[in-house]
Amino acid sequence: MQLTFRELLTALHGMLFGGFFLMAIFGLVVELVRSRSTAVPSELTPSGRRLEATFLILMAAFGWLAVFTGTYVIYPWYRAKPPAGTTDLTAYPRSLLLSHPTTAAWHNLGMEWKEHIAFFAVIAITMLAFVLLRQRAALRQNPALRNAALGFSLLALVSCGVAAGFGAMLDKAAPVTGGNTITLMRSSQ
Amino acid sequence: MITSEPQVPNGPVAAAILSAAIGCFALGVVSTLADKNKAFNKLMLFYPPSGALTGETTVAILIWLVVWLLLARLWRNSSRAIGPINLTSIILLLLGLLLTFPPFIDAL
Repeated sequence: MQLTFRELLTALHGMLFGGFFLMAIFGLVVELVRSRSTAVPSELTPSGRRLEATFLILMAAFGWLAVFTGTYVIYPWYRAKPPAGTTDLTAYPRSLLLSHPTTAAWHNLGMEWKEHIAFFAVIAITMLAFVLLRQRAALRQNPALRNAALGFSLLALVSCGVAAGFGAMLDKAAPVTGGNTITLMRSSQ
Repeated sequence: MITSEPQVPNGPVAAAILSAAIGCFALGVVSTLADKNKAFNKLMLFYPPSGALTGETTVAILIWLVVWLLLARLWRNSSRAIGPINLTSIILLLLGLLLTFPPFIDAL
């Protein structure tokens, strides 16, 4: 069971940071919808509040980790220009996708959209984490603020879903590979 | 027993909501400018291996945080009408989404 260094970091970016972020946003949406449907607002215990604070902080942190690793680590590998005369474009995903009309849209639409829209999710979730941690009382007292919070969480869910979906498909169409090979497990056979 | 809690000003939440929408809109504007203007694109090359993306996102994040800080200070102890703030935020978010959608940018 082997993978290259770049594949490992791409998996961390998409499956750990991005995957957790997407699942956490979904959890937040469910909680915000649920809180709109309760007759009496539920009060958390001190340990419940700590757990909730940990969840909110981790959610935002994983979002930032996902976009920063994507922008500063994975993206340079993805968009690296092949030297003149290169015929095997496997190590140059962007050029590989653009080299054929049937795959060019994965870059022109998928990557071009994903690289920006992911930041919408992170900005929205960081704002929501702050509001839920520091301004819970104002949210409880004002239905219009709760609607806005739900709206932003849905925006974050859609944005993160678009980014994650295209990320997965791009990695399937033209995976980022290269670097040292890491052996995770050897078969006895 | 349910005890009524004292009313708290909604200004800090309004500031957070509006500034997040402004940040998203700013990202749309900056990325469109970088796509359409070569000189501006060059200006956004904060980390050349990633292209203009690093400059675009850094500028948008800075705009978001500075606006948030200013509005939060301004509205710290006050309550705002949330309806217009929500409406403005929705419009800014939709415009931001549109300005980051590649087919729309290509058509400009």
